[in-house]
Amino acid sequence: MNKKKKKIKITPIENGTVIDHIKHGHAMKVLRIIGVMDTKMDSIVSIAINVNSSSGKKDIVKVENMELESEELDKISLISPRATVNIIRDFEVFKKHQVKLPKKVKGIVKCINNTCITNQNEPIEPEFDVIGEDPVTLKCIYCEREMMEEEISENVI
Amino acid sequence: MVSKIEKKHVVSIKDFTKEEINNILDLAEDMKDIAKGKAINNSLNGKILGTLFFEPSTRTRLSFESAMKRLGGTCIGFARPGTSSVKKGETLADTIQVISSYVDIIVLRHPQEGAARLAAKFSKKPILNAGDGAGQHPTQTLLDLFTIREEKGDIKNKKIGIAGDLKYGRTVHSLTHALSMYGCDLTFIAPPSLQIPDEIIKEIDNMGIKFQKEENIKKVLPELDVLYMTRIQRERFPSEEEYLEVADSYKVKKDMLEGADENLVIMHPLPRVDEISADVDDTKYAKYFEQAANGVPIRMALLKLLAEGYYE
Repeated sequence: MNKKKKKIKITPIENGTVIDHIKHGHAMKVLRIIGVMDTKMDSIVSIAINVNSSSGKKDIVKVENMELESEELDKISLISPRATVNIIRDFEVFKKHQVKLPKKVKGIVKCINNTCITNQNEPIEPEFDVIGEDPVTLKCIYCEREMMEEEISENVI
Repeated sequence: MVSKIEKKHVVSIKDFTKEEINNILDLAEDMKDIAKGKAINNSLNGKILGTLFFEPSTRTRLSFESAMKRLGGTCIGFARPGTSSVKKGETLADTIQVISSYVDIIVLRHPQEGAARLAAKFSKKPILNAGDGAGQHPTQTLLDLFTIREEKGDIKNKKIGIAGDLKYGRTVHSLTHALSMYGCDLTFIAPPSLQIPDEIIKEIDNMGIKFQKEENIKKVLPELDVLYMTRIQRERFPSEEEYLEVADSYKVKKDMLEGADENLVIMHPLPRVDEISADVDDTKYAKYFEQAANGVPIRMALLKLLAEGYYE
């Protein structure tokens, strides 16, 4: 019975992208980072939150009939460093990609420093250098303020 | 022969190598007589400096204007945003784009951190950061280094004590970074609540710098070549009583200096409140007014390097 329920919850997709091992509770932020919320695309997007896995709870995002670019998806590593991106073709995993931290981050996260010039009404996007991987640490290229994991995740635009 | 700096803008001291800093200090040395009016130099004749002060800072603005005029240039600008189009809601990016077509160099003082970096992005002409909020103030760091070199002959390996508000004072952080480039031995003198932040300690530790934390100025005074005092701000303390107690123990008075090194140099970025008592001013140790005066030759050196090193 349990097995059957589980199967219904995590329905496989025929073609598209599955982002797996998203840090528990961060699926909505992942959608914002990859821009799914802003686009007019027709793809069906499904989200699973609080999914049990061998290493505890996780979230999963599935985008049907769309193969998302892995470079773009590396931005997910800012809030979920262990996420994997699976490109699905004909119900099979065609390509698997472990997200990697980019060297620079632009326009995804807001600077935590209220008096940073990027938080004023200026025609620029917030921009950061990635200066640490474990824990993930960003440094604002404008005010030089550093932000760590929790702060980053709370300031996703 | 001073070689040029490979920078179009002066935003943060961290953008400069030690060699570039030395070049600026060497050129400032050559500027001293001109800064004092003992020699005439018109090398920036026909050049215009824009002084954009979005918050008041009389001495920084006047020392920049003095520096430009001593080199034969002229200045235009404003001393507070009330007299500018910012009051009408214009972005800094737009202001900079417009003003940079009127002048040859822009000096910018702004209350928001990162403002100078933004300005550098939009400006057609060199930007000189004259302080952005609690952020960077590179010309202060350069004049501090210049004063240490002038008074002690060299900056390398000197024992420097930095006292006061080391937690929030970002100019102290820039100075710490710069002194670490010269291998200085650093003593951070502050109450535990205002001690230097861990990330700065980590940075200088990675650079292999010797440092110690102390709470008592008098105790470490005999070991120091330079004591750099900073202001402890009232608003950092929950009550007036706590402030007064700390402020009093971080005050340098003449009688404390008896055990000091013969050649000790006391510095302060000014303005001071009461962290150095007036009776210290007449001692051979007090160099803070000379330090303030050094703002002019340092700013002359930067104006000259930027004006001559930049081609549109």
